[in-house]
Amino acid sequence: MGEILRLQTPLRDEDVEALRIGQKVLLSGVVYTARDAAHRRMMDLIEAGKPLPIDIKGQVIYYVGPAPAKPGRPIGSAGPTTSYRMDVYSPKLLELGLKGMIGKGKRSKEVIDALVRYKGVYFGATGGAGALLARSVLEAEVVAYEDLGPEAIRRLVVRDLPLIVVNDVLGQDLYEEGVKRYSRQPQA
Amino acid sequence: MREIGFEKIVETVSRLFIEANTELGEDVLDAIRKAKDMEESPTGKEVLAELLENARIAKEEQVPMCQDTGLAVVFVEMGQDVHIVGGHLYEAIQEGVRRGYRDGYLRKSACHPFTRANTGDNTPAIIHMELVPGDRLKIIAMPKGGGSENMSAVAMLTPSVGKPGIMDYVVKRVKEAGSNPCPPVIVGVGIGGTLEKAAILAKRALLRRLGSSNPDPELDQMERELLERINDLGIGPQGYGGRITALGVFIEMMPCHIASLPVAVNIQCHAARHKEAVL
Ligand code: SF4
Repeated sequence: MGEILRLQTPLRDEDVEALRIGQKVLLSGVVYTARDAAHRRMMDLIEAGKPLPIDIKGQVIYYVGPAPAKPGRPIGSAGPTTSYRMDVYSPKLLELGLKGMIGKGKRSKEVIDALVRYKGVYFGATGGAGALLARSVLEAEVVAYEDLGPEAIRRLVVRDLPLIVVNDVLGQDLYEEGVKRYSRQPQA
Repeated sequence: MREIGFEKIVETVSRLFIEANTELGEDVLDAIRKAKDMEESPTGKEVLAELLENARIAKEEQVPMCQDTGLAVVFVEMGQDVHIVGGHLYEAIQEGVRRGYRDGYLRKSACHPFTRANTGDNTPAIIHMELVPGDRLKIIAMPKGGGSENMSAVAMLTPSVGKPGIMDYVVKRVKEAGSNPCPPVIVGVGIGGTLEKAAILAKRALLRRLGSSNPDPELDQMERELLERINDLGIGPQGYGGRITALGVFIEMMPCHIASLPVAVNIQCHAARHKEAVL
């Protein structure tokens, strides 16, 4: 796995181009949360030619629907949700300047191609490690779609959020490569 | 007749859901520790270390280990000599879920299938009730996350495929699930009965203690073989590739119709949460 890399958002093309699958990254800075419902609303705005509630240029979206925060805490447990539900929306957002996505699980070919074309990265956060991941969240504030509850868009300030590069600008896929390396099935 | 009060059940259910969500069972922790020693992939090892650290933080800070605190599944074994006073048992369970998810700062994940409108309090609970001899009331709380439940399935296999066909089906399910159910997983298999019975057997199988063996030697052997085949898939922790894809395979079986062979696979993520109380 090699050296741990520290990255700061917003991400530039150079930051993303240097990443390769399997790289461990500690991400700091602003990250936005959004799940299916928020994505759907953003797509409607894009189709209607209206501005998005957040400027996504250079930004990173974290697919998470956090648990309610205990009093005195910025956020409750906050691990990733399964990403494939966002696959239909991601290429468009990447085209508009989104640089990174954080989630868990495989992405579609369209998303992987869009990462190559528009220079983006897909990070995996450990699914089910919500208590650990929440520790990296310093601030959380709802910035759009409050009515969606856990699915609202939040602006998070994170420090050293532990991530793994799953899809890079070369079109590589850690899920494919990793399984190939460790499979003992002749047909796999 | 032994009497058990409504409020006692509410309190118990509420407490069990909070405990289940914040404290991972010792058997699961042990299994993850062993997995970490055995895992050859450095990324896999790292993930397993994160899971152990996560469980520690969750317990220490009394926060849910995973933000998906699940739909509230409840297994009830009610002694036939128990009498519930002060209200209906099911209502007490629903109220317990309501209270537990509110007071424990657990996420409410129950919604309308079409509109997706959240019910707001994580009810209704999914209750599986069994009447047993005696005067005790056993309640098992099992918050079940969506990611791993989505990767589960029931198949009505052709009886001629036999045991090898069943095993191929189970391995195929886990392979297709890949990284989605947050591996390392625990695999519950229900064989026989009817469509719905196979599914309940599979879910119930997930309540077994990790590291325990199946009392039926044939099923025990089958569990071991399945575990080996699943770990040979190479999916690994979080699906990043590695030796440990599953921590255990549990099978429950019963007779079925001469024309059928129902097989259910219920996948459980590493956040294998269940807590029980006997009243
Ligand atoms: S599959 Fe389990 S560990 Fe993963 S996000 Fe869902 S509930 Fe949490």
